[in-house]
Amino acid sequence: MIEIRMHGRGGQGGVIAAKILASAIFKEGRFAQSFPSFGVERRGAPVLAFTRVDDKPIRLRTAIYEPDHLIILDATLIKSTNVFSGLKKGGTILVNASTPASVFNFPEEYAPAIVDAASIAARHGLGTRSMPIVNTAILGAFAKFSGVVGIDAILEAIREGVPIKQEENAAAALDAYEEVEAAPIYDIHRPGSDENEIVTVN
Amino acid sequence: MKSTKSGNGNNGGLLHPSVDKVLVIEGTHAASYAVKLARVQVIAAYPITPQTSVVEKLSEIVSAHELDARFIRVESEHSAMACCIGSSISGARAFTATSSQGLALMHELLHWSAGSRLPIVMVNVNRAMAPPWSIYVDHNDSLSQRDTGWLQFYAESNQEVMDTVLQAYKIAERVSLPVMINLDAFVLSHTSEPVAIPKQEVVDHFLPPRKASFRVDPSDPRAFGALIGPEAYMEMRYKLFRAMEESRSVIRDVDSEFGETFGRNYGGLVEEYRTSDAEIVLITSATAVSTARIAVDEMRSLGFPVGLLKLRVFRPFPLDEIRSLAAHVKKIGVLDRNISFGATGMIYQEAKAVLYNSEVRPPLFGFIAGLGGRDITPETIKEIFSHLMNHEEPESETIWVGLRTEATDPTVPQFSRHDKKKEGV
Repeated sequence: MIEIRMHGRGGQGGVIAAKILASAIFKEGRFAQSFPSFGVERRGAPVLAFTRVDDKPIRLRTAIYEPDHLIILDATLIKSTNVFSGLKKGGTILVNASTPASVFNFPEEYAPAIVDAASIAARHGLGTRSMPIVNTAILGAFAKFSGVVGIDAILEAIREGVPIKQEENAAAALDAYEEVEAAPIYDIHRPGSDENEIVTVN
Repeated sequence: MKSTKSGNGNNGGLLHPSVDKVLVIEGTHAASYAVKLARVQVIAAYPITPQTSVVEKLSEIVSAHELDARFIRVESEHSAMACCIGSSISGARAFTATSSQGLALMHELLHWSAGSRLPIVMVNVNRAMAPPWSIYVDHNDSLSQRDTGWLQFYAESNQEVMDTVLQAYKIAERVSLPVMINLDAFVLSHTSEPVAIPKQEVVDHFLPPRKASFRVDPSDPRAFGALIGPEAYMEMRYKLFRAMEESRSVIRDVDSEFGETFGRNYGGLVEEYRTSDAEIVLITSATAVSTARIAVDEMRSLGFPVGLLKLRVFRPFPLDEIRSLAAHVKKIGVLDRNISFGATGMIYQEAKAVLYNSEVRPPLFGFIAGLGGRDITPETIKEIFSHLMNHEEPESETIWVGLRTEATDPTVPQFSRHDKKKEGV
């Protein structure tokens, strides 16, 4: 079984992303389950969403404590919450950020990747420039980076699973799929900021 | 028993010819789609977390003219049930959904609908009762309604939610009693997983339109809900009691017929899992069953003779099934996701009651876990089995599992911690 944990903030679409991911995986012929961790579903508050993947129907109905993959929609969560909790050794970390991976001081046992999903989303008119909706773009990057799911299934699931701007969302996912390989992308350290300070993307 | 596959095993019947399509949907929407397929005619809606998405999806379905139903927004859950009662008396197929405090507010009308022998179907998303406020799962809300005359089902998967709603109308209309289908808050209600949506024509064949024996009809006037004296009230109660008794065989028959039609069924009132040669069996319900299956498999692979009895139906209580289980096992544990204050867990209470007049009475242990959304993991279940293996007799009537000791230790002053907490969170 493969377990994926997504860290985002209320309003970023993490819960929908976990659901689209589950649909995409099912389209490829495997079983999937996705669920949110509710209770803090206020806009801006930290929100978790989970996806499980297996070759047989999934009976386990608990939170995910030891994920294989992390998807982080907002890089500020790395500093303010314990995002790495339980992440398996060799696990992957995909972060939406506009800074190089070296900024984050990722623990050595993990494989990180960065994608500037916020810029990609803004480019396609998803959300606003100050509050881009990054959930579909990040899935494109995840398809490339994780090997868990293919981009075709992700694009199909996005077109079926988002209520508006289906083509823009799919295009954002495809851009992220192509750009995640080119990470690290930009270095936009604020003047005078600490070397290790995490720069927010919004 | 027919040799159809368990709805919660193998591929869950996803490839059966009755399937129209398979969608990855959440538990609440599995209920909504089932209501559509059942061609429900009146839907009363009042929102409450985590039920709201059941009626939200139905409002979309009705406004898109995909279901020819009246969608009635009401100002409280009490009115929602009143609305169902009124429409059901007029012969319509009625539905509502609620949760927790909303179900509690309906209490008076739950008695009313069952006493009127109305085949209303309701989905209740199990959510802990407040205070303290909680939106997370436990079963005190529905189990507190156990004496109202409603049948109660507990589902462990989204497929079972859908299938049980379809079965529920058939059962309800056959025994003239209302049926409540319960699903765990968030653990099912907001979990998306593949669900086989059956073809409409197959559902229509399984569930033909309701034919009400009596209904409000101006051309054929009758009195409904009239005052009745001591000369007849008791007989009315006896008839309701008989209908509930007879519903046991109706539940089994409908589940069996469902299996023949859709290629999956759920064992009637209970499902036994790896019990044939088991010495220690755990009885539990809802999503805890799903997770417990994993724990049982793991313990079996290590050679421990453990098994599981899934309590799918709480009302009517599966008396014969529990007695026959007790006849061939050494110990039984009951995992209750509820607590009756001043007594014990409610399933434990009832299991104990049905065994008292039984010839074989193995030791029975009552465990309380998972209240207010506390996670029930395979480790929780293994801890319970380990307790059962290491004890000959229960040391107390309730055994609480997973309590945080620092919060319950009487030697720790509770208020000092509260003061400290004020500064932070």
